[in-house]
Formats: sequence, structure tokens, C-alpha cells
Amino acid sequence: MFWRKSVNVLMLSLTGLCALVAVSVLFFILGYLVYHGGKDVNWDFFTKLPKPVGEAGGGMANAIVGSSKLLLLAALFGVPVGLLGGVYLAEFGGRAVPFVVRYTADLLNGVPSIVIGIFAYALVVMPVHHFSTFAGGFALGVMMIPIVLRSTEEFLRAVPPALREGAMALGASKWRTISSVVLPAASRGILTAALLALARVAGETAPLLFTAFGNRFWSPGWGQPIASLPVMIFTYAVGPYEDWHRQAWAAGLVLLGLVLITNIVVRTLLSRGTSPQRP
Amino acid sequence: MAQSSAKPAYNRTAAESSLTGAMETVLKPPVPSGSQTALEVPLRMQVRNLDFYYGKLRALHGVNLHIAANRITALIGPSGCGKSTLIRTFNRMHETVRGTRLEGEILLDGEDVFAQDVTRLRRRIGMVFQRPNPFPKSIFENVAYGLRINGLPAAQRGRLADAVEHSLRRAAVWDEVKDQLHKSAYALSGGQQQRLCIARALAVDPEMLLLDEPCSALDPVNTAKIEELLFHLKQNCTLVIVTHNMQQAARVSDASAFLLNGELIEFSPTPLLFTTPSDPRTEAYITGRFG
Repeated sequence: MFWRKSVNVLMLSLTGLCALVAVSVLFFILGYLVYHGGKDVNWDFFTKLPKPVGEAGGGMANAIVGSSKLLLLAALFGVPVGLLGGVYLAEFGGRAVPFVVRYTADLLNGVPSIVIGIFAYALVVMPVHHFSTFAGGFALGVMMIPIVLRSTEEFLRAVPPALREGAMALGASKWRTISSVVLPAASRGILTAALLALARVAGETAPLLFTAFGNRFWSPGWGQPIASLPVMIFTYAVGPYEDWHRQAWAAGLVLLGLVLITNIVVRTLLSRGTSPQRP
Repeated sequence: MAQSSAKPAYNRTAAESSLTGAMETVLKPPVPSGSQTALEVPLRMQVRNLDFYYGKLRALHGVNLHIAANRITALIGPSGCGKSTLIRTFNRMHETVRGTRLEGEILLDGEDVFAQDVTRLRRRIGMVFQRPNPFPKSIFENVAYGLRINGLPAAQRGRLADAVEHSLRRAAVWDEVKDQLHKSAYALSGGQQQRLCIARALAVDPEMLLLDEPCSALDPVNTAKIEELLFHLKQNCTLVIVTHNMQQAARVSDASAFLLNGELIEFSPTPLLFTTPSDPRTEAYITGRFG
């Protein structure tokens, strides 16, 4: 009797403790970043270029703009491919082809990001012999494809078949049905998935190391190496200067903040309902 | 209309006159449309030797049916008897389900429906489903949808608002929604949504309207509203209604078809089918011995 009760109490506390650890990791990271980098997140950080080595101050404006440009390219490449692929999986196709596509997408989702980087390097950087914004955006876009594809499929499947029938019964073609009824009905879910995918690749460093490479200055156009927050954090964190370390912490805080804000906004949108409620 | 003189307006108490009128409608042999006299009601649709398969499962066995123009034809029978399957072949909605096969003939105004462009066919034959299925759009856009996708003149010439109002009036839902046309259709009650779906189907001015258990998700008040609406609609439209509610079939329809296990057991004027069924299986069903 006593033995049984103590095992019960022990296991209960153990599971509770592990749950607490899981939750507190995020808050610990956030607190640690604020502690080390909070002071350096100032106006200069968002508006100034990095100062030459040895000089104090400066910011990471180029990395913030760089990350934005990379993410824009990634979205332009990854979202349409993932979206249309997801439409194919949910609405067309027989049995064998969707199975292969779905399986491949899941495998692609599990490919280490550094391997995606090498792939983009071989495909985009090698032929033109220099790093570029375009190559970095392509690498991030490839990482977005499986996420957008699988979630688009899920959200389209959640649209009631009765809506499709209603449109078809009015004489709408299959494509017209999908574009004018099914996709709008699932649009909020798909938008959410796209933003989450974007937030996910925003923090990727490995695929950018030998595609976008990095840059201490502004990078006009799309054909030159470009700075990004994750690569900047990597470079500054392993650098030998105290000032760099503090700026790396600040960049980490900004990056995490952006990702967190995106997540919270998106989840609020999502909680308002994804598919039309049934009468 | 020439045939309207042959049949007096629907009158529940005057069962005799209604019966004679309906008999003329239904018991008339199928003749080519050219040879009709003024007294005969033209046929809108003819179904000949229709067999239907879901994969290897045979769902319909040699169904023959004539649907008279400007009449309400009811398809009744127990669950799984094939009445929904049958009505879905009329506008070829069965083609949206994989692995189905059909043999036999369906003629709309003498033309083979399978030889027609399916988009055009479905514009001519509207459909209302079991559960209200408005699109996640505004009330206005729901009704305008059919006009927009079919590129009808009303959609182009800016008379869209008139066309939408006209359809909503025909579906007897205008007064309830006229002040909230640009609100989401999901804000409406179930009964209003179903009438909105009828308005959506009517917007493209179909010759035929198929209703697949349109009241099964509604309360009695809304059911009564829809039944009343059907009487008005048959002036300009041929109606086919699937229902598992025998009282409803008796109330609204001019002719009734009883289906059992994929076979058409009996097809007669409604008053006749419900008072003196000729087949013992029909009698067993309408007296409530099964189903």
C-alpha cells in the first residue's frame, strides 16, 4: 500500500517536473538574451551599419534588411510551389502519386539544413561563381516547400466536401471550384502555415553560410552576398571581441522576438477558426 | 402556358381534381415532343433503363422514369434505396465520385445529358443539398456566384444586384436578408441558409431544380416555408425532390416514385400512390411496416 502510493507520488512529480523544464527552457532563453543583449537593442542597432573592427557601437541594419530580403525571396519561391503542390495532393491525383509526393515532402522536411545549403550552393552559386541574395533565398524557399505543402493539404482537406458539391452543381469547373470556393475557405489556415514556415526558416543559419554568405555593408540588388541576422550572430559570437559578443546577444534577442511575435499573431488568427462552421 | 389549363391549381381538399390532373401528367406514355397535343403536359426528363454501379456494387437496376414539366416529382424510399444516387445522375453530379459507372439513358428535353457540356447542363439543372452549404462569402456573393462563374449577361451589364434580389425574392428569403446582403452567409439560421442555397441555384434560371432531402436538417417551421416555396417555384421550374418523409411527399408532390434496393417499384400520381398503391411493397412501406 505504502509502496504503491509513493511510486504514484514519485511519478506524478517527475512528469510535472519534466513539463516544467520544457516550458521554462523558452523563458530561460528569453531571459538570458534580455540579460545579455537587452542593453544593445537600441535605435542604432536597427539603423546603423556594423562599425569596423575595434570601434565601439554600430548596428545591424544591413542584416535586418538582408534577412527581410532573403525571406521575401524564400516566400516568393516556397509558398507558390508548396501551395499548388498541396492543392494537387488534396484535390487531384490518384493513389500512388500523392503517396510518393507526400512521402518525399516529409523526407525533404527532415533533410538537414546544411545539406539544403550545399544543394543551393551547387545549383545556384557554382554556375555563376559568386554568393548571392538569390541563392540564399532559394535555399530558404526549398526549406519552406514541404511545410507549406503539407499544411495546405491538411487545411484543404478540412474544407467540407459539401462546399465543393455546391459549386460544381452550379456549373463551376473543378479549377474554378478550387480557386473561388475551396481556397478562400481555407485561406486563413494556409496563410498561417506560410507565416509559420517563414518564421521557421528565418532563424536558419546553415543554408545561408555558403549561399548568401554575409556582408558587412549594404547589398544592393539580388546578385551579391548579403548579411542576415542568423549568420551575423554566428560570426559575432565566435569573434574575439567583447563588443561583438554583446551585439550577437542583441541580434539573437531581435531574431527571437520577431519569430515569437509572428507565432503569437498567427496563432491568434488561427484560433478564430480555420474552416467555416457548420450550421 | 398551354398545359396549365389541364390541371387546376394545387388544392389539398380537392383530391379528386388533383388526382385526375396528376394522372394526365404521369401516366401519359413517353412520346416524341413533336407529337404532343395541347392537353398533354410535356416531359422535361426521361430516364431509360438506368443502371448504376459504385465499383462492383450495383446501386440502381433498370430505372425508368418520366419527369413532367412544371410538376413536383418526389422520390421516396428507405435509406440506401438509391434515391439520392438517382437524383444525382440527373445533373451528372455522380461524376464527381470516383469509381462510379452508369448505363442507360437520361434525356433532358429529348437531348442526351451525357452528350452535353456538363457546365451547361448543370446551369440548366440546379441542385439543393441535404444540409445547407452556403459558401464562406457574403449573402450577395453567394447568390451572384452562379452568374459570375457562368459569365451571364446580368453579371456583365451591372444588373447583378437586380438579379440577386429577384432570386432571393423567388426563394422567399429576401425580406429576411435585404438589410444584411453583405454579411456572411453563416450569420443566417439553418432554414434561411437553405433558402439562400435555393436562391443561389435559382439565380442562373434553371429549367429543373433537384432537391436532395432539402428539409432533413430543418425544423418544422422552416420545412413548411420551403414546401410553400416549392409550390410557387413549379410555375417556372420542374422540381424533383428526394425525401424520406412520406408526409412531405404526400403534401408537396404531384407524382411519386417509390424505390427499394435500387429498383423503381412504383411510379404514380401522388394521391394514387398513397391511397391505392398497386404493389404490396409500396403499401408495406407507406403504412410503416418497414423503412
